[in-house]
Amino acid sequence: MGRWRGGGSLPRAISYAANKNEESGVSNWDWAVFCKDTASGEVVASCFARGRDITYLQWMLSAWGWTLSVALLALIVALIIGSLVGVLRTTPSKWLVLFGNAWTELFRNIPLLVQIFLWYHVLPSIFLSLRGIPSYVLVAFALGFFTSARISEQVKAGIQSLARGQRYAGLAVGLTLPQTYRYVLLPMAFRIIIPPLTSESMNIIKNSSVAFAVSIAELTMFAMQAQEETSRGIEIYLAVTGLYFISAFAINRIAHAIENRVRVPGMIGGK
Amino acid sequence: MKKSLWVLAALLAVGAAQAEDTLKKIKDTGTVTMGVRESSGLSYTIGDGKYVGFHIDVCTKVLSDIEKQLGKKIETKYQPVTSQNRIPLVQNGTVDIECGSTTNNATRQKDVAFAVTTYVEEVRIATKANSGINSIKDLNGKTIATTTGTTSVQTLRKHERATGVDFKEVFGKDHADSFLLLDSGRADAFVMDGSILAKNIATSKNPHDFKIVGEVLSVEPIAIMMRKDDPAFKKAVDDSIKAMIKSGDMAKLWDKWFLQPIPPAGAKIGLALNDATKQAWANPNDKPMEEYAKK
Repeated sequence: MGRWRGGGSLPRAISYAANKNEESGVSNWDWAVFCKDTASGEVVASCFARGRDITYLQWMLSAWGWTLSVALLALIVALIIGSLVGVLRTTPSKWLVLFGNAWTELFRNIPLLVQIFLWYHVLPSIFLSLRGIPSYVLVAFALGFFTSARISEQVKAGIQSLARGQRYAGLAVGLTLPQTYRYVLLPMAFRIIIPPLTSESMNIIKNSSVAFAVSIAELTMFAMQAQEETSRGIEIYLAVTGLYFISAFAINRIAHAIENRVRVPGMIGGK
Repeated sequence: MKKSLWVLAALLAVGAAQAEDTLKKIKDTGTVTMGVRESSGLSYTIGDGKYVGFHIDVCTKVLSDIEKQLGKKIETKYQPVTSQNRIPLVQNGTVDIECGSTTNNATRQKDVAFAVTTYVEEVRIATKANSGINSIKDLNGKTIATTTGTTSVQTLRKHERATGVDFKEVFGKDHADSFLLLDSGRADAFVMDGSILAKNIATSKNPHDFKIVGEVLSVEPIAIMMRKDDPAFKKAVDDSIKAMIKSGDMAKLWDKWFLQPIPPAGAKIGLALNDATKQAWANPNDKPMEEYAKK
């Protein structure tokens, strides 16, 4: 049976360890499962099949693409709406604050999976026009709105952590309220909340796994399906775990770089 | 690096140490652990830690035969399993006899052993009664629902590649979800095991709105699963099942679970004994799914 060839030392080391135990009856690990064709189950020599055929490796990479696309789309929605709602919750207007609070409580008090189902099954049966929208867009909005509630809370906390005098000083020098937010409050507040926003961005990658529930071929769905087809659950889940880790960690590093880049000496969080 | 590999190897070896005789284990401990499913056509829970179903009745009979053979009272413990963990749990000794709904295929036979086939599943197409779909050819350009984590997904893919029929797939996270996709019009057909389709249709709001159509897309032998390389235990299980087939008890169990009202709600599945299962009972065997496909 063809073993994983181009995989570097880890797969080979694990096959080695597993081979040691073959005589004693432990099932062997088989990383070649990723080179198998998804229809015939035959190992493809290069691990990349051509034409209409695909291997499990190709399927996993495409699933990774779906995970990243859904997560990034949702992150954009979450950042824009979360910031907006967070700002509304700190304005002097009672009605805007009420709206912001209602938004936040609505979206953070309903479990994510339930929200996804509401978007996918319930809303389209009430508003028929929603049926034409692809499910990945619905999921991106569901995930984005859910996360926006959490981000609004952080933006609000960031703004409230600033001394009150900052707002008054801005207004006193003749800036309008939007200008005070734009030039005085938000530049400070966003720098302060970069660490919790980083966590939220990493969470969105992991939370995107619920998208499998509405038929998006992302990593979790790939793992569930491929392990059933190949009976190689351990190898499949390890690989998928690795990809989730890499994705979330990449977000972490990017956020860290941004944090360093925008740091202002002498301010909170600066050096 | 090399040292840590030995530690890993040693850990794996510990897990292997208990490949032993299941009958002896049952006799020594006085207990046997039955693997059961929470929600499957042949094995499901009715709450309160109670598990029922066609395969559970089969296993209960098998275990009472083993009790007689050993001449000792044995206590049955139930361990719920999922399609993800059932094989590892059988291999590592947590579960002695798995009575869920596991397809016997060649890949799995490398890891575990199967008793003689008790049930043969046929993968079929369910659709709305007025859809005009009557066979897989009619599915060109249509949307088909199936459930993530089932062999039906692969069956569909193979048909798509082989016949060039082009359809769009949507995946429900469980069977109820896939059925909802069909019911709500998001999908034109639901491809799944015949018994699951029959059960979902039987328990739907309007069972007359749906029908099962077309050719059998794939045939899968479903069997009771146990540890590999334990011929004494396999013989005990096989003999008990063969005796049940011969005495007609197996046919009575089919009637009880697939034609009569079943707990908890008293719905009728209404699935007549199919030809493939009849053949498997006429010549008891543990052939994997791949052998069935050759015919």
